[in-house]
Amino acid sequence: MEKIDFDYPTAKRRITKKAHVGVVGSGDMEVLMEPAQGKGAHVSITTSVNGFRDLWKAVFDRFFSKFDGAVHIQINDAGATPGSVLLRLEQAVEVINQ
Amino acid sequence: MSQTNIIPEFVSRRSFIELDGRRRAQSLFDEGTWKELVGPFDRMESPWLPLQGVAPQFDDGCIVIKGKIGGMPAVAIALEGAFQGGSIGEVSGAKMTAALDLAAKDSEAGKRTAAILLLETGGVRLQEANLGLAAVAEVISSVLALRPYAPVITLIAGTVGCFGGMSLAAGVSSYVVMTREARLGLNGPEVIEQESGINEFDSSDRALIWAIHGGEQRVAMGLADALVEDDAKNVKATILGYVQADLRPVYRSQQVEIYRDRIAALDTSEQIDPKSLRQKWNNETTGGLR
Repeated sequence: MEKIDFDYPTAKRRITKKAHVGVVGSGDMEVLMEPAQGKGAHVSITTSVNGFRDLWKAVFDRFFSKFDGAVHIQINDAGATPGSVLLRLEQAVEVINQ
Repeated sequence: MSQTNIIPEFVSRRSFIELDGRRRAQSLFDEGTWKELVGPFDRMESPWLPLQGVAPQFDDGCIVIKGKIGGMPAVAIALEGAFQGGSIGEVSGAKMTAALDLAAKDSEAGKRTAAILLLETGGVRLQEANLGLAAVAEVISSVLALRPYAPVITLIAGTVGCFGGMSLAAGVSSYVVMTREARLGLNGPEVIEQESGINEFDSSDRALIWAIHGGEQRVAMGLADALVEDDAKNVKATILGYVQADLRPVYRSQQVEIYRDRIAALDTSEQIDPKSLRQKWNNETTGGLR
């Protein structure tokens, strides 16, 4: 198991809603997306698969190249692929944009 | 004939099995009456899983929803089968027990609150060992405390099924509802094969497994009460019926003598097949329960 944290200080748009999507099932993950406490966005990942920090970084760099919300993202992961991770994130964004 | 009439019902239905634990529980309530208790945002995770290198889940795989069904107070407690096989640990067990105890308290005070257990579980979470076993004992005693005041309905939809310690909770509940896809048993097929050999039970034989553990067989043997189609509307209607139902004068789990006699009467000199077991156990019922 590995814990990974990222900061995206440039994501500053104020968010008011929160979202929870997904299940920590094999090849899947769950995400909590809430308004950030401090300035900018923060990502905190707990994954049962070790050694993929760079890949997580690439996925979130891409995600925050399009999304500018000041969110606190918390993830429990059971081996979701980068594609599934992005889908789950988009689902969460859909909920907070509703 | 219009187009809609020739589309069979099993195409237009909304599957219940395809819903996750949370949506299953939500789907049983009257629209707009429910709220989730100790949800994922409360972050009541298992403290034991990360110590063993396993990612936890924010709700520990146990979803508690309180609301109204047919206008009557009810609480649904769902185990999420996709997370750690729906296994019961310290936190998920405590959530289940606390919800049942609150329902018992309300019911005792005259506000009858039915409980629905949505069990998709292999039983005790091995990583939490004794704490999981203690949780099973607590859940069972809480079911027994609520049962005299309000119905406790176990719903097993599949496809994980209900095994191990939690099958005991199903056994003491007032009513058991299953789908054809669901399975119910104390020991799962792989455990039986591992302990007693492949001649006793071939866990790769799916037809055999469903002929023994499957919902249709369990209902036909009188060990479960209702068989429902995998259709969210049907499931909801069936649960509503049991929420409104009268309390049982006598429960399956109190009929120790009947079941002892039935087992004693089985002729084990030849192979018993599921079909004859149905006939023996269901037709001969005298005071027994369906």
